[in-house]
Amino acid sequence: MLLNEWLDQETQQAGGYPYGFMDDGAKKDIRRCLLKAVAIPGYQVPYGSREMPIARGWGTGGIQITLSLITPDDILKVIDQGCDGSVNAVNIKKFIQEVAGVEITNDTPAATVIQTRHRIPEEPMSAAQILVLQVPYPEALREVEASEAETRRMHAEADYSRMWLHLYEDIVNYGEITISYRYPVTVNGRYIMDPSPIPRWDVPKLHMADTLFLFGAGREKRIYAIPPYTRVEPLEFEDHTFRVEDFSGKSCARCGAADTFLDEVIDNAGGGRSYFCSDSGYCDKRAAQWNH
Amino acid sequence: MTVENLSKDFTLHMLGGTIIAACRDISFRVPKGNFLGLSGPSGVGKSTILKCIYRTYLPGSGSVWYDSEEYGRVDLATLADRAVIDIRTREMGYVSQFLKVIPRVSALDVVMEPILARNGVSRDEARQRAVGLLERLRIPKHLFNAYPATFSGGEQQRINIAHAVSWKPQLLLLDEPTASLDSASVGLVLDILRELRNEGTTMVGIFHDQDLMAEVTDEIYTIS
Amino acid sequence: MEPLIRIRGLSKRFGNGCDGCITATGPEYETNRCRHCGSVIACNDVSFDLYKNEALGIVGESGSGKSTLVRLLHFEWDATGGSVELHADATQHLQQELFDGVSVYSRNLLGLSPFQKRQVRNALMGIVYQNPFLGLRMGVSSGGNIAERLLGAGWRNIGKMRERSAELLEKTEIPVDRMDEPPKNFSGGMQQRVQIAKALSNNPLILFLDEVTTGLDLSVQARVLDLIRTLQSEFKLSLLVVSHDLGVINLLCQRTMVMKYGRVVEAGLTDQILQDPQHRYTQLLVASQL
Repeated sequence: MLLNEWLDQETQQAGGYPYGFMDDGAKKDIRRCLLKAVAIPGYQVPYGSREMPIARGWGTGGIQITLSLITPDDILKVIDQGCDGSVNAVNIKKFIQEVAGVEITNDTPAATVIQTRHRIPEEPMSAAQILVLQVPYPEALREVEASEAETRRMHAEADYSRMWLHLYEDIVNYGEITISYRYPVTVNGRYIMDPSPIPRWDVPKLHMADTLFLFGAGREKRIYAIPPYTRVEPLEFEDHTFRVEDFSGKSCARCGAADTFLDEVIDNAGGGRSYFCSDSGYCDKRAAQWNH
Repeated sequence: MTVENLSKDFTLHMLGGTIIAACRDISFRVPKGNFLGLSGPSGVGKSTILKCIYRTYLPGSGSVWYDSEEYGRVDLATLADRAVIDIRTREMGYVSQFLKVIPRVSALDVVMEPILARNGVSRDEARQRAVGLLERLRIPKHLFNAYPATFSGGEQQRINIAHAVSWKPQLLLLDEPTASLDSASVGLVLDILRELRNEGTTMVGIFHDQDLMAEVTDEIYTIS
Repeated sequence: MEPLIRIRGLSKRFGNGCDGCITATGPEYETNRCRHCGSVIACNDVSFDLYKNEALGIVGESGSGKSTLVRLLHFEWDATGGSVELHADATQHLQQELFDGVSVYSRNLLGLSPFQKRQVRNALMGIVYQNPFLGLRMGVSSGGNIAERLLGAGWRNIGKMRERSAELLEKTEIPVDRMDEPPKNFSGGMQQRVQIAKALSNNPLILFLDEVTTGLDLSVQARVLDLIRTLQSEFKLSLLVVSHDLGVINLLCQRTMVMKYGRVVEAGLTDQILQDPQHRYTQLLVASQL
């Protein structure tokens, strides 16, 4: 059958909702904003954030982007803090599966669209994949300037000295830059961008990547993007360069990986610490091999 | 320098526009290297003439022709401000009756600054020259690094003179330079002025003491 | 010698204006406010030149327009009219945008985009305000305040910035070991000196001093003025000194402009302005000095 017919059928089954829950007008709005975001890497595009059956602050921005892009052929992976099995990831997966009828996977290379909160998967993604990131606070400069009007002007005029000053003061007061997640980056040599609360570990993955990265903030109503092969450079000084988290001497207790981002787990009873890969899908795969 | 038909009036707007005549139709010539004295009763306009030459006063009419090293023959009365500043900085000095006190500048610095600014010599050489001049003028050594604001009138005036002559200007205007000095100091100052004159500085001066003026100047112009 | 910067016909009006504004305001009418339409003529048709290595004083009372002038030249406010042109020798920055390769003076700087204005300002200008809260970020360290201008100019080495900050703090007689303290802990005079250090950080050609010693203790004022004199002669700066205090103007400036109700009423050599004032208002001002 034709796609239209299939869509009509699906709509009947989905209780009167259009395919992918959002109507055509909403999708068009978001897609046009996505195109603008891709055309101006790192620039925050305001958009009309629609009502979702999930509360604001729980990933509505990411969901709206995913729903605007998804087609029945897509294979979807959703992770939260790297984990496929977390409550929120499972909820979102079930919702999208219901309204879009897509296949679900835990395997990063097998997915076509990956929606994530606060992590980028360990396995590098390809040019055929899209990563959709959920963003709580899109404004990188909010730390130094409370006024929205003023931060917009600062972006427009590339007047970023106050952000740099903030980093200078960190180094003077604490010996290093204290920002851990939401580390500010310069995109395409022009806009300073907040890469969402991914750890420093994941920031280098954004630079000159094969994949398209899309960022959605539903509550704050902003969309931004990093197209493939774009320069993404963390803010740093010549004599205080950017560094990622240090896991030397530690490895995952489950799969033995010593080159992934590790979560620290404290045993409440005994007080001991163990470490596990944050990217559970990747850890599962490795553990399966290990145990062969 | 040639002064031609110089006249100066003051219009006092606060007194409803009253006009006070300060000097009328003054003309004289000062050949290069000469020392001209200005003589006349008090209030006749001697200081006014000097100030018109230095451009502290704006002449009402007439001209002040001056052979500037930098600018050639110019009329100081109508010359542009920047050029006047230049000439004052490099060629024309003025010794008033009172020292202009600058806070936190020691006596030595007061004399050194113009040398450093204008003659392009090293700090050490400027200091040497300044020290030499202050010693000649019998300023006590312990006052070299003190601030002149609390010095006696005579000491202040000697520093004032040192400040004006230290950089060897081409033209020097003197308004009662020895008025507050004792006779011993007067002698010292006159020696310095004579030396300057011999080195080629052109001078125009007002002295309250007629004999003194006759002694040191080449010619006297009397204003009635 | 040609002027560093040429200002012609600079004007600032607040309000929509009308045909009668200019002729209804000014020193003869004793007001800035147009009685026909209520607009305020903060300054009108101000023209002057500023040369390299000179100090120009602007003296006037409240409402004279002298601070407006500084705001306009520092690109904080948009002018209603007039032009500001830079000499080609003044800057290597923005050569393409500013100079056509024919005239030795730039195009009108007032027509630049905010981004370009900021670049010109960062490269050429420094400013010290009467109120240190305007010129400094009180919550940021003194060294950080100085570094902000360097960061804006693209410096990216902490060590070098701190070296430069230390250099400037020494020049302004502030103990270098207080570099990491915020200026809100400092005395008024010291705060002013931090402002001066900050203003000099990028080696500006022009320094705007807006009533910088007003309100300071006398001994502190003397220190700050002495510092300014020394720095001016050391760095061959052009100063624009705004003050209502004739003593300060007399100390620092060889040339002076007198403003009243937004107009320049008299301009000339400072000693001439003070000893042979021509305009009625200047005479009043000089006679009022303590």
